[in-house]
Amino acid sequence: MRGYTERTKILRQESVTTQPSVSLERALLETEFYQKNYGNIEIPVLRALNFKNLMEKRKLYIGEHELIVGEKSEGPQVVPTFPELCAHTVEDMTVMDSRTYISFKVNDKDKEVQAEKIIPYWKGKSTRDKILESMTPEWKDCYAAGMFTEFMEQRAPGHTVADGKIYQKGFLDFKKEIEEEIDKLDFLNDKDAYDKKAQLEGMAISCDAIMIYGQRYAAYARELAEKEKNPQRKEELLWIADNCDVVPANKPETFAQALQMYWFVHIGTTTELNTWDAFSPGKIDQYLHPFYKNEVADGSMNYDKARELLECFWIKFNNQPAPPKVGITLKESATYTDFANINTGGIDPITGENGVNEVSYIILDTMDEMKLLQPSSNVQVSEKNPDDFVKRAVEISRKGWGQPAFYNTEELIQELLNAGKTLEDARYGGSSGCVETGCHGREAYVLTGYLNVPKIFEITINNGFDHYTNKKIGLETGNPEDFKSYDELKEAFFKQLEYFINVKIEGNNVIEKIFEKYMPSTFMSVITNGCKESGKDYNAGGAKYNTRYIQVVGIGTITDCLAAIKYNVFEQNRFSMKEMLAAIDANFVGHEMTRNLVLNHTSKYGNDDDYADDIMLDVFTNVRDRIKGRKAVCGGIYQIDMLPTTCHVYFGSVMTASANGRLAHKPVTDGISPEKGADTNGPTAVIKSCAKMDHTSTGGTLLNQKFAPSSIAGEEGLVNVSSLIRAYFNMKGHHIQFNVIDRDVLLDAQKNPDEYKDLIVRVAGYSDHFNNLEKALQDEIIDRTEQAFN
Amino acid sequence: MNDALIFNIQKFSVHDGPGIRTTVFLKGCPLRCLWCHNPESQDINKEILYDNKKCVLCGKCKEVCPTDAITIEDGKLTTDKDKCNYCGECVIYCMYGAREVVGRRYSVDEVMKEVMKDKIFYDQSNGGVTLSGGEPLIQIEFVEELLRKLKEEKVHTAIDTSGAVSFEILERAAKYTDLFLYDLKLIDDDKHKEYIGASNKDIIDNLVKLSKIHSNINVRMPIIGNINDNIAHIEKTIELLKELNIKKVNLLPYHSIAKHKYEKLGLVYEDEKMIVPSETKMNYLKEIFKKNGYIVKIGG
Repeated sequence: MRGYTERTKILRQESVTTQPSVSLERALLETEFYQKNYGNIEIPVLRALNFKNLMEKRKLYIGEHELIVGEKSEGPQVVPTFPELCAHTVEDMTVMDSRTYISFKVNDKDKEVQAEKIIPYWKGKSTRDKILESMTPEWKDCYAAGMFTEFMEQRAPGHTVADGKIYQKGFLDFKKEIEEEIDKLDFLNDKDAYDKKAQLEGMAISCDAIMIYGQRYAAYARELAEKEKNPQRKEELLWIADNCDVVPANKPETFAQALQMYWFVHIGTTTELNTWDAFSPGKIDQYLHPFYKNEVADGSMNYDKARELLECFWIKFNNQPAPPKVGITLKESATYTDFANINTGGIDPITGENGVNEVSYIILDTMDEMKLLQPSSNVQVSEKNPDDFVKRAVEISRKGWGQPAFYNTEELIQELLNAGKTLEDARYGGSSGCVETGCHGREAYVLTGYLNVPKIFEITINNGFDHYTNKKIGLETGNPEDFKSYDELKEAFFKQLEYFINVKIEGNNVIEKIFEKYMPSTFMSVITNGCKESGKDYNAGGAKYNTRYIQVVGIGTITDCLAAIKYNVFEQNRFSMKEMLAAIDANFVGHEMTRNLVLNHTSKYGNDDDYADDIMLDVFTNVRDRIKGRKAVCGGIYQIDMLPTTCHVYFGSVMTASANGRLAHKPVTDGISPEKGADTNGPTAVIKSCAKMDHTSTGGTLLNQKFAPSSIAGEEGLVNVSSLIRAYFNMKGHHIQFNVIDRDVLLDAQKNPDEYKDLIVRVAGYSDHFNNLEKALQDEIIDRTEQAFN
Repeated sequence: MNDALIFNIQKFSVHDGPGIRTTVFLKGCPLRCLWCHNPESQDINKEILYDNKKCVLCGKCKEVCPTDAITIEDGKLTTDKDKCNYCGECVIYCMYGAREVVGRRYSVDEVMKEVMKDKIFYDQSNGGVTLSGGEPLIQIEFVEELLRKLKEEKVHTAIDTSGAVSFEILERAAKYTDLFLYDLKLIDDDKHKEYIGASNKDIIDNLVKLSKIHSNINVRMPIIGNINDNIAHIEKTIELLKELNIKKVNLLPYHSIAKHKYEKLGLVYEDEKMIVPSETKMNYLKEIFKKNGYIVKIGG
């Protein structure tokens, strides 16, 4: 069993063996509250009072061996539901209860409650219903065809990360700041003063809510201590109570209280709404280090104690699966992981100097020992970081389960500076979720959905027609057989691109307003710079910086498709466009020679070959420039991310065959990785190709690399992989992650899942149990090119 | 123009010298080692690799061949080496991956362009470029110019050589070579003649002379069960090395995965004469070298 101490062994075991289940406690409390109060109170105040009601009434949980307390629902692996966002149907619940992958147990009684109490109230009122009612027929056609996905369909905006302020101030302090802002309101000259007052009042109530929750835990721990027979545990429970007396009302005084403070904030954020990517502690080694140093100096802290507390903290993340998703939202993100993301290393955000400290190394040891899906334990690598830190991280990463992934500090900062942030704020930059970049504690950066770029090309060569829904959903840009040149083809593609991006953003604009109006996030607004000062919510553009992301999927596939046609049809005249189209239509059956030519004898992205890479750059630039810089309706601007989660499998599943020889329904490429099997020149060539796009003009890119274990063994392997990372980062690459598992092992695991319950692999910006992945995704991971060191 | 026949440029090569490297494999070798892992490297001319297991005799290659070099008779496909101009059309149009052209002529500048693509990785990892083969030094005019240009670009250079060239050639290369990977296969000259097809006299002489003018030589010993894995041979090797300024030895265990390549070249592979050495055996040999003060590594 894994765990540095007996305690963490037991807690971890419980976390990894408990079957996830659904609790309706939150849904019931909320529904009753809304029934009584909706319509009587301003929305931000209503949402805050609803949050307070939850924090006052929900059951508390202190596990037998726990040192850090607080759960999102009634215990480990129990998830609440959020009917205000998505009131699941009884059928949804039956599906989530019985599906093979990512299942959640729902008991029959709860299904009845859902049918009788929850659904009737929320029908037409949930944001999901409101969104689907408001979308245009064009948007609905695109959504059904898999042209893009919509993040806010079942969950709320979030994606953000804590900074250091919660370790320097308590919620009493935050509340005082809010009250000062209320006092400053100018009802004579500011037309928005009334709205701001409601928002600020909501934020103040949210501070009360989290403090009440802390006080309840203090009282509950004392109550348990009273009954506890074991003197050691009794003492621990009293120690927990003492910690909860201090946080979250006041700033933490100790290392343990700092962890407990973050954890209360995490529970608050993820109870208030079902925020995407939960919430993240960000650069926590930076924030914990002062506590660690002080306590080591006065003799009250040492490596062992810090290690045990961090392991307890790690397990708390793993106890919280992402609340159940259904339909397309499940397909784009088919995982229990809720993407809380920890960025260890990098720089000290205050000084800008090397940030690696003792706590950074304890965190590496913790992630190594815990080997848990959550939190996504990642490292930031700065040119200022020592090599031994990178080597230690590589040593863990090459064990094969995908963590830690590596992020480039200098590039992250450059991305943020390019997007108009100050250097001071950019130093708080990091990644959340998978690879998304933002300024921790001061930016609302909201992912809005994936864009299926290869399918836009498919629609182009079908003159606007979609085979999946059997409907014309795009523009009529001409019969491709009439195109006289590659440029004509490209022009048609870019027209379609513009069209589908417009449909997506038009929908986003409506959805953003729905959240602004009905779903303010008053608690998250307390801890995000800018919201108090502006009197505006996180979901209404109140943060200091606001960014909306569209995640671009399939750059590898689209590049190879364009290269295939440019080279074979327009340059070499190996076959006609008519033949290309016929081959695609037939899924290459009877057109094997055409497939051979496009698949095996055409330049491909990922080989450091300028022929294909120049096409990649052309597409990248054209997609980016059509999205980046557009204005979002609640303030802020659009940006792109190049990441897939599991959406590349879904996007492939709604497509016909492609011009590059990809067969119908097979996945498109993930992140910025090359098409599977296309990168035949080794990892340095992949990295060179990937580095050709300007990562610093995006909000994050994702690169997967798979190695056979034998190829990176020994001290030399550590040095070579570290060098690979450093070189990629010198070329301004954003992120790289590794899967280090023999292909044979994966094939065997597919056949004998019971023998591989522990097998964890890197999927996209996160790791998952191989057994939790649907077959298509398993195949996809097996097929990713294994880079051997020759 | 100074060019050479090259059969592979392998990026991210980590077993042919320190760090992340690119290995340039030059075609052509004066030796014929029984166990050769790269039989396609031996001939100084271009060759066609043909896999009759993959071939379905569809005749497409014959159809596209501009020189009518291919015939199919009695269920057997043959390529006329005199007619074939190695244009590669047959390779492109073979849907079954049954054909491959081995060898392409590169100018020094073309190779430079390709290997310099990974300069950033060499700098980061203290890696560089390795010239291997075949025997790279038989194309010394090309090799010398390439090495000189690499040194101008401050790239670490290594040569993997059999030593089966004149010493004058080694001397010319040594000027621009940071590291020699020098193959030492058999000390017993009779056995050397039997298994390699040539005397080892010059090879050993060259090693002795080279070690006097070059301080960075790693000796590489392929270990082939039944042939050179006996203690007596190892001891003789150590006896020789003791006289020389050489500290590092790589032991490369024989493996038989090259078998299919022999078949594709239409060559005979006498694998029955050789045994894959066990891990225990390899470790045992490694220990003997270690006891004698050498830095030993199994593998490249």
